[in-house]
Amino acid sequence: MYDTIIIGAGMSGLAAGIRLAHFGQRVCILERHTTIGGLNSFYRLRGRNYDVGLHAVTNYTPRGTKHGPLARLLRQLRFRWDEFDLSQQLGSAIAFPNVRLKFNNDIELLASEVATAFPQQKDNFQRLLGRIADYDDIDQAMFEVSAREVVAGEIDDPLLVEMLFCPLMWYGNAREHDMDWGQFCIMFRSIYLEGFARPIKGVRLILKKLVRRFRELGGELKLRCGVKEIRIDGETTPGVVLDDGTQLAGRRVLSSAGWPETLKLCNQPTTQQQTGQMSFVEAVCTLDCLPAELDHKETIVFFNDSDEFHWQRCNDLCDTRTGVVCSPNNFDYPESEIGSSALPEGVIRLTAIADHEGWQKLNADTYATEKQDWYDRLTASAVRFVPDFRPRVIETDMFTPSTVRRFTWKENGAVYGAPQKRLAGTTHLKNLFICGTDQGYVGIVGAIISGITVANRHLLTDDL
Amino acid sequence: MAPNEIREEVLDILNDIAPDEDLSGLKDDVAFRDQLELDSMDFLDIVMELRKRHRVQIPEEDYTELASMASTVAYLTPLMKDI
Repeated sequence: MYDTIIIGAGMSGLAAGIRLAHFGQRVCILERHTTIGGLNSFYRLRGRNYDVGLHAVTNYTPRGTKHGPLARLLRQLRFRWDEFDLSQQLGSAIAFPNVRLKFNNDIELLASEVATAFPQQKDNFQRLLGRIADYDDIDQAMFEVSAREVVAGEIDDPLLVEMLFCPLMWYGNAREHDMDWGQFCIMFRSIYLEGFARPIKGVRLILKKLVRRFRELGGELKLRCGVKEIRIDGETTPGVVLDDGTQLAGRRVLSSAGWPETLKLCNQPTTQQQTGQMSFVEAVCTLDCLPAELDHKETIVFFNDSDEFHWQRCNDLCDTRTGVVCSPNNFDYPESEIGSSALPEGVIRLTAIADHEGWQKLNADTYATEKQDWYDRLTASAVRFVPDFRPRVIETDMFTPSTVRRFTWKENGAVYGAPQKRLAGTTHLKNLFICGTDQGYVGIVGAIISGITVANRHLLTDDL
Repeated sequence: MAPNEIREEVLDILNDIAPDEDLSGLKDDVAFRDQLELDSMDFLDIVMELRKRHRVQIPEEDYTELASMASTVAYLTPLMKDI
């Protein structure tokens, strides 16, 4: 009998597992895939290392900072700041047709860019910063107010509103068009007030550390062990059934598979509204030079090709109007590491909104040709905003919503999960809980905090 | 455990939870919150570590007793005297 069974060996499942194992629980993490990481995993292809999902770790704060999600998770998991080997971004930009706003890990840069490009909004922007600073994480009352309404109440230039929302939606909003004010504040802090960083070795560094700690604490991790069903006995679950029919008993079950995904495991019906609609394609391009040699020094560019930013499910296979161009090389890595085996080549990652249903309908041949076609269209769209890197591409790997679905089993390939989050982490069963993107927080730091928070709140008590 | 041993143990736990805090000048009669940057998650960890290391159970309604080192040691002394 396990004290807790955790479904999913992604960031949130591993973080929860560490907390529980640290306090002496007998914990088993079950992962259907052959490897760890889930939405933020890693793989090797044709001699190269690839990251899934990671553009940057958000919520960056320097060593010694005591507040904020990064400091909190390091403390809670008993890691030193150095262990995540975070190098800061060089600088990013929001690129619309007529205005480009630069930003980095110091809010002053964005504030001064706003003051230059939108002089009438200078004081309004400061007031908005004040409201974000005042937003109280604990008091959920303001959480669900429309962010667009609140922001439009402070900033009266619609273009600036669109530009500010763009990166926050991208990193990420499960809901179309708008977001909760609470979510907006969380994202604004994580991206503009705290900022981006990355370990030169990529996401595998963080994942390997999490797994190693979990195992050192006595936690069990079973790969290639998918959960087919969460067993039900009245108002509780006695445990799970694996894909191969094996039954495992647990006092509690924590699922990081997602909310509609978890409901399916309980043989409960799900609705369209519960399932996320936003999915993506991403092309990871290896170059024969560093991006800086093409005069591309920006870390992340969020682009949009009109004054109006559209964050919605697209009608075509992809939407080329907006996208993200991420260069993993453009971080402030230690001199000695640059060009080392940790990151030996120039890389550009290009992401666009994509329609899961459309991609799922394609047969194998059409799938391949559509990928090629959309790669051409996406790169053509992106190079209006960044230097043309296309002639320097020597290798590409591209994922679609189908890839996401295939390796994470997320409904609709919804990377940011369901639009309605379950902040409490509870479910219809007394001893079944959820963590991860559908509990409330996205991204690497978000997912880790989610695992920690749900473990602390619900799984470390003796009530069961 | 005698009160001074309990004090050492609490310091050890604080060191485990918040290794970047300087505990050397800790004042026993001043609230932890006013000297250290501890949030509610950290306080929960103090309770959890006591339970893990010494099987001491502290009900939620008694968490306020752990406000300072002095009050924590006073609260724990009867609970930990036989350890």
